[in-house]
Amino acid sequence: MDNNTNPSAGKLLEVRDLRVSFYTPAGEVKAVDGISYDLDEHEIMGIVGESGSGKSVEAYSIIGLLQNPGKVIGGSIRFAGENVLDYDEEQMRQFRGNKVSMIFQNPMTCLNPVYTIGNQLMEALTCHNKSVTRKEAWARAVEMLELVGINNAEKRMDQYPHEFSGGMRQRAMIAMALICSPKLLIADEPTTALDVTIQAQILELMKDIQKKTGMAIIFITHNLGVVAEICDHVSVMYAGHIVEQGKVNDIFYRPAHPYTRGLLRSMPRVDELEHERLIPIEGTPVDLLDPPAGCPFGPRCESCMKICLNSAPPMLEVGEDRHLSACWLHVKEMKEANRHG
Amino acid sequence: MDEKKTLLKVEHLRKYFPVKSGMFKKDYIQAVEDVSFRIYQGETLGIVGESGCGKSTLGRAILRLHEPTSGRVVFDGVAIYDGEQKKQVPMLPYRKRMQIIFQDPSASLDPRMTVGEIVGEALTVHRPDLKGQAYRDRINELLETVGLNSEHANRFPHEFSGGQQQRIGIARALAVEPDFIVCDEPISALDVSIQSQVVNMLEDLQRDKGLTYLFIAHDISVVRHISNRIGVMYLGQMVELSESYELCSQPLHPYTQSLLSAVPLPDPEKTRAQQRVILEGDVPSPLHPPTGCRFHTRCPAATEKCSQCAPTWKEYRPGHFVACHRLEEGD
Repeated sequence: MDNNTNPSAGKLLEVRDLRVSFYTPAGEVKAVDGISYDLDEHEIMGIVGESGSGKSVEAYSIIGLLQNPGKVIGGSIRFAGENVLDYDEEQMRQFRGNKVSMIFQNPMTCLNPVYTIGNQLMEALTCHNKSVTRKEAWARAVEMLELVGINNAEKRMDQYPHEFSGGMRQRAMIAMALICSPKLLIADEPTTALDVTIQAQILELMKDIQKKTGMAIIFITHNLGVVAEICDHVSVMYAGHIVEQGKVNDIFYRPAHPYTRGLLRSMPRVDELEHERLIPIEGTPVDLLDPPAGCPFGPRCESCMKICLNSAPPMLEVGEDRHLSACWLHVKEMKEANRHG
Repeated sequence: MDEKKTLLKVEHLRKYFPVKSGMFKKDYIQAVEDVSFRIYQGETLGIVGESGCGKSTLGRAILRLHEPTSGRVVFDGVAIYDGEQKKQVPMLPYRKRMQIIFQDPSASLDPRMTVGEIVGEALTVHRPDLKGQAYRDRINELLETVGLNSEHANRFPHEFSGGQQQRIGIARALAVEPDFIVCDEPISALDVSIQSQVVNMLEDLQRDKGLTYLFIAHDISVVRHISNRIGVMYLGQMVELSESYELCSQPLHPYTQSLLSAVPLPDPEKTRAQQRVILEGDVPSPLHPPTGCRFHTRCPAATEKCSQCAPTWKEYRPGHFVACHRLEEGD
């Protein structure tokens, strides 16, 4: 798996066999269990999954923000050819902000309530770029606030986070994340805490900024509608594994993995014409302290076979454009196709 | 529609919360302002709106968990709240018939009580005749109704997943065999794959037990799925109420239109082709709501009249109520 680690053109991020575990008093929790994916420059990749699927942990390990007792125990994360996991504290500081930055779900807990918005924006810049003068930093901060659609930016600079509404705070967070012009923005459920009309504003803004700056975005969410709206590429996570990845149209129109299919089927849609009964995914989410042997989705899968409960399925190509899915059904289908062909 | 039996009637309901502003001044948050509607026996009325629009307060004011400020609530022919009266009827007999399911299942279950005690607590008040084995049988029966089993009765809430905790909350509401249940965002805290299990269960229970729901949620796709009729709230007021298919396919109020267009669909080509009405700005404070129509500060079609006088709540099509000046002028 490691023989294609050369940075090829256009590739920004290469994650290979990443493993992250949390050593809790109750035992080891394999939050991320061997995931691999590529991210191209200018690409928006969605990571969808339910709570506990490891989607946030995976992103936190890229930016070096894993908290104790979490630990990366294997694999590599290459950003523009360099392995991020080898960085020391100082290199990591340079990497954060300048190359990668992050926005979070709840902007109120991420902004410091006792500093003005302007102060915090300028700090983000001067901290990563020592040569910037105060005046330049101020001008740049105002420019960023205008970019994210905040009116009266000069006046807003002197206000505190509590004077901003929820949507405005998320805009300010985005401004802060982008002030050092990173190449990659990690957005961890940025619209989950917002109302749907404000969510529409923020998604519009993110698409707009992505076009202007050309940065890549990793968009973590549990909302399939948001993924369909904004992402080019999608990875579907379940219990620490990527079970399926591919172009957004492949995932939504040609889903291959039973979990992806189940998710899409179980959602009520606002455009449904008549009342159809929902088809839920049966069972309960995985207990990560005691994950099932074999395929993590096996015990809940409607087409579970004997082999699914014993060994984990390989990631196979099931379509064009890097459409991959990890399911024993594909192996079975291929064998049958070979036998008949 | 007239043959249907009205189970609950809400008339001009208001709920204000006092807040201190300055040393002697008192202000009011107008959480629910002049809301009127009725719920028919056996139906699900969905209430949608954004955070702070007063939808949860409305649900609680109907059950008098928050005492309303004024207006009238009539349940099955009896005025359980009447703003004109000094003294209100005692609620205890009606608690047995009206129940509520809360949003956050882990916060609404007492961590120090076993599941059996939680589910059985209401029985000790409303069914004192059930004792010993009969009491335990009833609890087991309730747990089985919601897809749990009798072994679970001796466990504590933290031993269950979010979806199972919500099932316990539902079993507790069902314990007293109510006619009417307020579902206050019952699935918002659950994972996507679990949400549909709970939605299906609520539908089955309604069919089997003839329940009537007031289903409150911010996610219009879920409300659309489960409700017969939908009411849309904005800043404490009901702006539109209609049969749910009609509301979603032919919304009349500009707020409903923008709310529907803002929902991203799990269908990449369709959602990207969708015409969006993106609202400017944020929801104003319910402490000092805008004059006239409360939506006029964000409305794409607002005129001068909208900022001066409030539109009236009128039935424009059979069973389709809207409060908007644009429609009054026959536009």
